[in-house]
Amino acid sequence: MSRHRLGHVNAVYLDYNATAPVRPEVCAAVAEALAALGNPSSVHRFGQKARRRVADARESVAALVGARPAEVVFTSGGTEANNLALRGCSRTRIIVSQIEHDSVLGAVPQATRIPVDENGIVRIDSLETTLAADPEPSLVSVMLANNETGVIQPVEEVAACAHAHGALVHCDAVQAAGKIPVDFTALGADFMSLSAHKLGGPQGVGALIVRDGVEIAARLRGGGQERSMRAGTENVPGIAGFGVASLAARQALEGYSRLTALRDRLESRIRTMAPSARFFGQGARRLANTACFTMPDVPSETQVIALDLAGIAVSAGSACSSGKVRPSHVLQAMGASDAEAGSGIRVSLGWLTDDVEIDRFLEAWSAIYAKAVTRGLSSPLPERMETR
Amino acid sequence: MTEKVAQGRSNRPKLPVYLDYQATTPVDSRVLAAMVPYFTEKFGNPSSTSYSLGREAALAVEYARAQLAEIIGADPREIVFTSGATESNNLAIKGVANFAHETRRHIIAAMTEHKCVLESCRSLEEKGFRVSYLPVGRNGLIDLQRLDDEIGDDTLLVSIMAVNNEIGVIQPLTEIGALCRAKGVYFHSDAAQAIGRIPIDVDAMAVDLLSISGHKIYGPKGIGALYVRRRPRVRLEPLLSGGGQERGLRSGTLPAPLCVGIGVAAALASAEMADEAVRLRDLRDRLYSGLKERIPDLLVNGDERRRIAGNLNVAFPGIGADKLIENLPDLAVSTGSACTSTSVEPSYVLRAMGLDDALAGASLRFGLGRFTQAAEIDYATQAIADAVERLRLGTAEIPARERMKDR
Repeated sequence: MSRHRLGHVNAVYLDYNATAPVRPEVCAAVAEALAALGNPSSVHRFGQKARRRVADARESVAALVGARPAEVVFTSGGTEANNLALRGCSRTRIIVSQIEHDSVLGAVPQATRIPVDENGIVRIDSLETTLAADPEPSLVSVMLANNETGVIQPVEEVAACAHAHGALVHCDAVQAAGKIPVDFTALGADFMSLSAHKLGGPQGVGALIVRDGVEIAARLRGGGQERSMRAGTENVPGIAGFGVASLAARQALEGYSRLTALRDRLESRIRTMAPSARFFGQGARRLANTACFTMPDVPSETQVIALDLAGIAVSAGSACSSGKVRPSHVLQAMGASDAEAGSGIRVSLGWLTDDVEIDRFLEAWSAIYAKAVTRGLSSPLPERMETR
Repeated sequence: MTEKVAQGRSNRPKLPVYLDYQATTPVDSRVLAAMVPYFTEKFGNPSSTSYSLGREAALAVEYARAQLAEIIGADPREIVFTSGATESNNLAIKGVANFAHETRRHIIAAMTEHKCVLESCRSLEEKGFRVSYLPVGRNGLIDLQRLDDEIGDDTLLVSIMAVNNEIGVIQPLTEIGALCRAKGVYFHSDAAQAIGRIPIDVDAMAVDLLSISGHKIYGPKGIGALYVRRRPRVRLEPLLSGGGQERGLRSGTLPAPLCVGIGVAAALASAEMADEAVRLRDLRDRLYSGLKERIPDLLVNGDERRRIAGNLNVAFPGIGADKLIENLPDLAVSTGSACTSTSVEPSYVLRAMGLDDALAGASLRFGLGRFTQAAEIDYATQAIADAVERLRLGTAEIPARERMKDR
């Protein structure tokens, strides 16, 4: 059913962390809202209906992450949510982890960067030292789950540490929401970023959760929408789709762990085929759907292109840096050498992924690897690596 | 209840009648049809160009970019997709100012600009920029000589909207553009209400930055664009940083279905603009003359000739616009900009034109558009005139709010 619905009968899509296929019920909701008329700011009936759609979605999104509807500020996506939090929080010092998404690192290039350990987990001791060294009003931004490795960060501990020093906490939960249970209140964050299209909703919509009572300065000013925190006519169909996707993702959370079995099978087969492959984040708690590993000595780009020719969509890391293939800052922060970081790919599974697709991937990966070994590009045995 | 006002008409329209096309427009079914595949089977991330699904989305985005460029006479590389006109206006004004803040620190905007332009200016004032708010005449148009006088050595940017969202008047873009070019200042125009209503040519009008909205041109909400001139190059500081999409000017995953939607909407708007304007002008004039016949003291707000075909803004002297709207439960109209229409303050646009509070507070905006029918105009004309008469006789039905709850 999956591959037919995607329209590419032979395509295997394993890049859910880049974007996920829109769920059918979301499609229906978006199409219905697109066909309806009305600006939520208008007082007449068309406006009222549009306003109700937005309000309903606000409740569903809030419920997905354990926030209150009034804490949800809709944005155009995760990038805008991150930019709004980091630049609108009015704190002079920003502290981020080394493995944050480009939209966090790009929004605050001046930020202090906290290192991660070899499993890709942020070093709380280092955060503590940094905060203790300087009483400047700060904001700490640590993602809930990394987009490249799926590694889950100890955000609760980060928040406790930050709050102990009077700092605010932002959590980029774009990759985590819909994949693991998320509780905004329990995590102790002050801001949290979400994106609809990573959890089966439409592209072009996201949200920043802003804890009640915490101030944020709008980046987009104008008509005063979203309680003056984000101006612009609400993207009603997008928001409606985000709401339905949040509901669906929440209901599907229990079954999400089925992906662990698929992912683990994939990883163990890879390990058998290429004992010298390096797996990132395996020693940490991570998302059930994400695998990140190297094909020894074969550049990521070569793998991705060869896999594409075999009809398989995976990525060499984050999808944002279009075209540019450069070694991942995330893998480098975890201690990977340039060669390792440059030969890693990310395989991310999702709600339509099945055994057949995993087999198709393994078949193609194995063929590409065999070819590389034959050509002498790669060495199947770790011992040989050491001799070079 | 509605039968009373509509009786005697064989072709009674479907109620309520939507006459608020300046607030938002319905998505054209042809636009919707083009978008749907990008929600379903072609769902790729346009930045994921290493595999076919992503490349397919990227190609669709580029096609849409070319469609947008085409209708304003621009190069596709000069189009930056945004989340809407509010973001485009914020990006244009703050982007130019933040990039050039060390050289020139004076900005000029019309007093009748959209809230998001004025608010962007205000945020720059908070950062030490000087902003001149250019007055308009009784007709809603700016005075070119006044603009000329305001431009000084320190002036960086002039922001004048193409078409006003409340009164529909068309500013003299070509003249403004020529003046700005001659004086060496950037010219930004908010064209959210102009695209598909009047021809726009960025070269002929010497526009450096132009804001476009999807949902005002029968496209989707949540998408817009900013035209950014390449020659001579306009430099901007981005508002959103991250993955470096849109040549670094606007990071964030491009919403392929929305891009496709605004592209198709733009192409349709351009192709159908001429015929649509003729049809809408007839309907608008029919509305105006019908109202004028029964309400002789009716006043038109804004220049009567230099305005788009789909807009009529009129004052009903002595009648509160909110009261009138309450008595027109089957008409979707507004007192002004949708963003501010929940507030009871009289329109700052009408005030800037010199209307007093009473007249400004007695004014309604009628926005006609692609799907407006003659029967709707006839229904609206009669309903409005009846309500005005009732209100003037003091016999208006009060419980309008109560009735609205039923629906």
